[in-house]
Amino acid sequence: MSIRWKRLLPRYLVLTVFMLIVLLPVWGMLMSAFKSDTQIASSPFSLPETWTLENFQQAWTVGKFNVFFKNSVIVTTVVVVSSVFLSTLSGYAFGQLPMPGKNLLFPLMLLGYMVPFEAVIIPLYNWMDTLGLRNTYWAMILPQIGLSVSFGTLWMSSFFENAPKELVDAATIDGCNRWQTLWQILWPLARPATTTLVVLIFMWTWNEFLLALVMVQTEAMRTLPVGLAFFQGKYTSNLSLMAAGAIIVALPTVLIYILFQRFFIRGMLGGAIKG
Amino acid sequence: MSGLFFKMTTGNHIYPGESRWKGLLYLLPALLIYLLFTFIPILETFRASFYDWNGFSEARSFIGLGNYISLFSDSLFLKAITNNLVFIIFYSIIPILIGLMLSALLTGQPIPGFSFFRTLYFLPQVISMVVVGVIWRWMFNPVSGPINQFLSLIGLGQFQQAWLGSFQYALPAVGSIGTWVQYGFCMVLFLAGIQRIPLEYYEAASLDGANAFKQFVYITVPGLKSEIGVAMITTMIAALRVFDLIYSTTRGGPGDSTLVTGFLIYRSAILNNRIGYGAAIAMVLTLIILALSFLIRRLMSEKHGEQA
Repeated sequence: MSIRWKRLLPRYLVLTVFMLIVLLPVWGMLMSAFKSDTQIASSPFSLPETWTLENFQQAWTVGKFNVFFKNSVIVTTVVVVSSVFLSTLSGYAFGQLPMPGKNLLFPLMLLGYMVPFEAVIIPLYNWMDTLGLRNTYWAMILPQIGLSVSFGTLWMSSFFENAPKELVDAATIDGCNRWQTLWQILWPLARPATTTLVVLIFMWTWNEFLLALVMVQTEAMRTLPVGLAFFQGKYTSNLSLMAAGAIIVALPTVLIYILFQRFFIRGMLGGAIKG
Repeated sequence: MSGLFFKMTTGNHIYPGESRWKGLLYLLPALLIYLLFTFIPILETFRASFYDWNGFSEARSFIGLGNYISLFSDSLFLKAITNNLVFIIFYSIIPILIGLMLSALLTGQPIPGFSFFRTLYFLPQVISMVVVGVIWRWMFNPVSGPINQFLSLIGLGQFQQAWLGSFQYALPAVGSIGTWVQYGFCMVLFLAGIQRIPLEYYEAASLDGANAFKQFVYITVPGLKSEIGVAMITTMIAALRVFDLIYSTTRGGPGDSTLVTGFLIYRSAILNNRIGYGAAIAMVLTLIILALSFLIRRLMSEKHGEQA
């Protein structure tokens, strides 16, 4: 064995041990979704003796995960698309455009990024209740756009601030107005920053729990995480069914993560915490 | 690196004939929705915290600091905030130490295939905390759970517990789920930072006779200052805000042994209609989070200039 490998092997060993600690519980849950309850108890981490999709079928129809899935898709799509669009405009305003009161408006937006959902949930709950908007998509969508544009504005403004000046000047000389410069010149350059923002807001919205729990009482309006939480209360003993439900909730975020992990990790390492 | 370290730079110019108000037009839609659904609610929570109100009745009496005063003599609130502090140990301190230890082991030459590990280490960050709760309720299940099975398999059957149902063990059990979620994040963060420390520093140090431990203390840790700052803010805020995980594992129980502030706000304001009281707790929690963020930002800011 070469010296190089002698040095690397213990490192791989340590990395693998800590990786297994992360992976095993998730793996066990994934396998449970394809097994019967009796096999889960006897060999929790093994491959299923006979693979079955029945748990998924049950969760999807009887457990109403088809409804929760639809709700999650609607809420997440609207929140992501509108937040990213609005943040691009407002980030552009901070990063490139003349605007009075920037030094006041910037910390104002920063505040929204730093406060927790708990700080806004009580009045939102009362207002939505008064307006009769509880149990609607709006009650989940609007507050999440509010919080997301706070982070999104800061994120996009740091991109636009650092955009090459010569390019913007050249575009202006060529007769582009500000709107055209944004969409024709800068937006294509902003693709990595935008992708990161899309992925982050997608994750936060898809996984959001407190707001959806508080705003929605009817089963038909629940999003996936809330649906799963109630499902768990109802089917405590039926682990394979719950595992299937859990996989349905987690799968979209894991897929997006695997596809866009470079962008997601960049955002997370930049300290992008949800406010 | 940006995110937590957003800062304002001015210096964009006005083109001839352009209004100096132009930016407002672009900011307005985002600002409006932000004010309406985030900023004004914060102010409203602040205001509500000075009232005694049940949410329905017309009667809403101003009681000044009354809610805050009763908070600090309320054993439930004190219990909740103490539990949040315990969670900081599990969510923040232990993961950061594990992350530093792992990255110390991995300093030096690059590791082929590291991106594969990185992908998996980050996995808990993307999974819904409710799913994490479902997974760990199963892991901790007293009868069929793998943890108790494993203990009996290696002959330590006497250490089996009803983990999440035990007054003694529920808090550390839920806390350790937080450790599981956060340590991979910390490690990846630190390893990314280490790659920016010039290898020559280590070479020079070992020529001067510094051992691996000294190199770690005097080169690695100072070199990772900003990463440690990001890890501290991110994980501490997660520990202070924990709600989803509690809801899907113990709901604060058994008794109030895993009660946390987030859950107490939900219970007081939403379930029991004690709006003012819940608002006061929310304000205290928010102030702690803001103070902590500013403090750590301050501590780390000397080193911070670049943007992601």
